[in-house]
Amino acid sequence: MWQEFSGTIILQWLGFSGKLGEALHFFLYDTIKIWFLLLSIIFAVSFLRTWFNTEKVRAYLAGKREFTGNILAALFGIITPFCTCSAIPLFLGFLQARIPIGVTFSFLISAPLNNEIAIAMLFGLFGWKITAIYIGFGLFVAILGGWVIGRFNVEKYVLISVPPLSGDIEIPTYRPKFSERLNDAWGNTRDIFHKIYLWVMVGVGVGAWFHGYVPAEFIAQYAGGSAWYTVPVAVLMGIPMYSSAAGVMPLVEVLTQKGMLLGSALSFMMAVTALSLPEAIILKQILHIRLIALFFAIITAGIMGIGFIFNTIL
Amino acid sequence: MKIEILGTGCSKCNELEMKVKQAVAQSGIFVQIEKVSDLQKIMGYGVMSTPGLVIDGKVVSTGKVLSVNEIVELIKAH
Repeated sequence: MWQEFSGTIILQWLGFSGKLGEALHFFLYDTIKIWFLLLSIIFAVSFLRTWFNTEKVRAYLAGKREFTGNILAALFGIITPFCTCSAIPLFLGFLQARIPIGVTFSFLISAPLNNEIAIAMLFGLFGWKITAIYIGFGLFVAILGGWVIGRFNVEKYVLISVPPLSGDIEIPTYRPKFSERLNDAWGNTRDIFHKIYLWVMVGVGVGAWFHGYVPAEFIAQYAGGSAWYTVPVAVLMGIPMYSSAAGVMPLVEVLTQKGMLLGSALSFMMAVTALSLPEAIILKQILHIRLIALFFAIITAGIMGIGFIFNTIL
Repeated sequence: MKIEILGTGCSKCNELEMKVKQAVAQSGIFVQIEKVSDLQKIMGYGVMSTPGLVIDGKVVSTGKVLSVNEIVELIKAH
């Protein structure tokens, strides 16, 4: 419905035609559609998240066995609000509660990977199937990655002594009212939207240009192809793009429509969200560089594995 | 009464500190405000998501910037 209307505005009312008209139509249609989906999905996720916080998750995870712990930590990573700026207190807080280090890493992999922006963008651009695949494999990487890190003896690489908890783990008992939850969720949605709406426009703009002007053969030749190196290259390119998921994903959508393989696209998107340089730099303050390198190496291996599997199956 | 703001220097922590100062001025009660950025102390309160708000040694909020009105109510309820 909106697609037709956007076409009417650009092609009939404003009188554009040809390739320019097509690109403008694509730009208008996609920008408004993604903005709308971002607002509604981020609001829904933020609203759900007012029932969860890291303190509650920690109390719940404390004392769980290792493998079960990995699974639960990865699942909580989806629904718990997480910000790179609080990675250190979170990491130390988990250790403080004697949660195994591998379980902590499962959470640290899952939380940024399954962030609300990525989920909203994926759902808006690729539909629920790809979103489910992305989340499912993201969980898989988080569970397995955390578990593997737990197999190495890495406790010695934590460079700061963890202060013991005084008394039991205390959870703040304040229960917000329903209206306060709605208010919080709306405030959070507005904050996030403010940060990314321009990126969406840039991403869709470049995508629209690709859509209208760059022939499919060109993309298939450089980003498509089933050559083995497309997946590693996609992952490498994704690393410096952390936190620009909103701008990058519209591009990926166009690339896949024009022949980029879905496995390479998935690897790329996971690299954008999960391999976060700012997070590594922050964690460097409390972790030995070897542990951070191991953390990155394991996620990279997992993400590439997913890309290869998908490119081979599909 | 003593209010502590727990935070390691993120922008949200500074925002919360401003709001607390406004709330205290509004409430007209004498309150001692202290900003805690020492990680060990923050961990001691069991807070992981900053900013955290502590009134008289009790954690009342974590991980979000409360509005001035919410803080005023917390101060009065105490």
